[in-house]
Amino acid sequence: MIDYLDELESESIHILREVAGQFEKPALLFSGGKDSITMVHLALKAFRPGKFPFPLVHIDTGHNFSEALDYRDLLVHAIGEKLIVRKVEDTIKSKSLAEPKGKFASRNALQTYTLLDTIEEFGFDACIGGARRDEEKARAKERIFSVRDEFGQWDPKRQRPELWNIYNGKIQKGENVRVFPISNWTELDIWNYIRRENIKLPSIYFSHLREVIEHEGQLVAVSSFIKLEESDKVMNKNVRYRTVGDMTCTAAVESGASTVNDIINEIISTRTSERGETRIDDKLSEAAMEDRKKNGYF
Amino acid sequence: MDLLRFITAGSVDDGKSTLIGRLLYDSKSILTDQMEALEKQSKNKEEGAIDLALLTDGLRAEREQGITIDVAYKYFSTPRRKFIIADAPGHTQYTRNMVTGASNAQLMIILVDARNGIVEQTRRHSIIASLLNMPHVVVAVNKMDLVEFSQDVYNNIVIEYASFARSLGMKNIQYLPISALNGDNIVDPSLNTAWYDGPSLLQILETTSISSDVNLTHARMFVQYVIRPQIDELHDYRGYTGKIISGTYRIGDEIIILPAGISSRLTRIERNQQDVEEAVAGQSVILHLEDDIDISRGDVLVRKDHPPLLGQELEVLLCWMDSKPLRAGNRYLLQHNSRRVKSVVKEIEYRLDVNSLEKQADVEKAELNDIVRAKIKTASPLVYDLYKDLRANGGLILIDETSNVTVGACMIQE
Repeated sequence: MIDYLDELESESIHILREVAGQFEKPALLFSGGKDSITMVHLALKAFRPGKFPFPLVHIDTGHNFSEALDYRDLLVHAIGEKLIVRKVEDTIKSKSLAEPKGKFASRNALQTYTLLDTIEEFGFDACIGGARRDEEKARAKERIFSVRDEFGQWDPKRQRPELWNIYNGKIQKGENVRVFPISNWTELDIWNYIRRENIKLPSIYFSHLREVIEHEGQLVAVSSFIKLEESDKVMNKNVRYRTVGDMTCTAAVESGASTVNDIINEIISTRTSERGETRIDDKLSEAAMEDRKKNGYF
Repeated sequence: MDLLRFITAGSVDDGKSTLIGRLLYDSKSILTDQMEALEKQSKNKEEGAIDLALLTDGLRAEREQGITIDVAYKYFSTPRRKFIIADAPGHTQYTRNMVTGASNAQLMIILVDARNGIVEQTRRHSIIASLLNMPHVVVAVNKMDLVEFSQDVYNNIVIEYASFARSLGMKNIQYLPISALNGDNIVDPSLNTAWYDGPSLLQILETTSISSDVNLTHARMFVQYVIRPQIDELHDYRGYTGKIISGTYRIGDEIIILPAGISSRLTRIERNQQDVEEAVAGQSVILHLEDDIDISRGDVLVRKDHPPLLGQELEVLLCWMDSKPLRAGNRYLLQHNSRRVKSVVKEIEYRLDVNSLEKQADVEKAELNDIVRAKIKTASPLVYDLYKDLRANGGLILIDETSNVTVGACMIQE
């Protein structure tokens, strides 16, 4: 009997090697979150003792958790691979984009501009990402090799059939493919794998004391990126993060879980999905993710 | 804990999405916020009760039209198994999506509406299951609540299906009566069907043996990528990476590199950055050979025993997936695992009516969703097995060289 984690791992390694075999200039998008950290771990298994056939690319919103940035730099140093950082801040300046307004002025949507510019700058023909199908229902329909046009747009009605374990990465000039090697993993699979493989994570995934405010039932970290109002009550709480994104659109959960085991136990007993609990950006409308993907988002 | 991939098939109103919603709901895989979103959407439609089908219909057009237009993948697990569900649409115009979803599945659930019995779509889905050599099939007679849980209704459907399945040569079929809407026989045996003493649907899913589906004798590995580190201390290192699609490899095995036909010996196997003595089907590995041979992506490393077939002329069953029709003489890029070669479709022998199994000769072209038998010639040799013998090495795709789209799925017959 093949263990399910071994099967998922082998499938992901196979997909990563298909990228290496089929594309001229791939890149691995790295956010500093647990999913992209798992991707790096899988890439080590796929390509060592050789070098990665792609650089890591971080699209930096400027609204990062400092712990995630520190982790990123340590990891890149430890594995000796190339990191490219492109900042949303620079895109806003060079393209005179409007900064989003409001209390939680998120640059999440603006990331798409920087991503598309970066793809063009380096001529990337494939971008590997750590998205999973269990995260959200538009993602549940996306292929593992997802072809995007030169505007980065996803057209759900024109997806290529994906049969057996055969991946068709043929594209026209200007198009590129988004590749999702951990499509079939769930949040719990990722945590079980992190435990089994003893993968180190940024400290914000574990319980820590932090200043937060409550917003529509979610806990948001106090930072220079959000505007406090008089009615906001700043509290000190023991929290951890289930996802690590932009500080303005990632909420924390109250938790005392300080080890991977504690977290796994919490996930098994918790009744709220990962994106639902911690993503302020998905609640906007029923089709929020579908719309963003059609516009070039991951 | 192991992993089972299954697909659900049924016609438009057979309650397929409801069944999946029910499995997720009863295995507690629907979470609070997803439930709230569902309630909100159901209310938007002023339907009152929660519509479990909304869980799987992910795209706006699907919600608006109340249908499923693409394969959606859903995940749940029980203490015994992790499951991946491919939810594929049932309409004729989406045969290609069913074929896609079925290609990776080990089990297919075919839903039959107890009120209507076996209809055209049931036959089509069963034919697709048989063409794709589905290892396990479960026929779930749904909506039993609407026929007062009648054993006669159920038995008649089972008898009719069994005779149809025999004509298709299908094996390993299990039957059960369910009501997806109310949860009868989904997780626990239902009191409403006391005359049925078999397992519930979830019990079937949890206990169907899949390890015997793995082939451990016919060693096949397609090279995906060659690792050659450009550093001094590893300048002799040459590792052939790939996923073993079937069979077993051991250090010392005599290996033949195909299509070239050169022999060598296996000197080292790496898996997950560690040296191992042996590797088996399903594992992604790095193989090392005794001799310095020019091997690249698309070459196949096999063991001397149980060799594959080698050739440039194939007979295939082909599911056409593009709106531009296929005509004899058309040229395509053919991809078979990691191997890509140029090919031409020499002849369309007949079209298979997927509703009646009738063979229609003298066909000029294949249209979207047609299944035809065709002769293909390739520019260089393929290293293959017949689809019925080894699924993982008997399937291939055709790619349109102008649009780069995947236009055909082929199952090698001879």
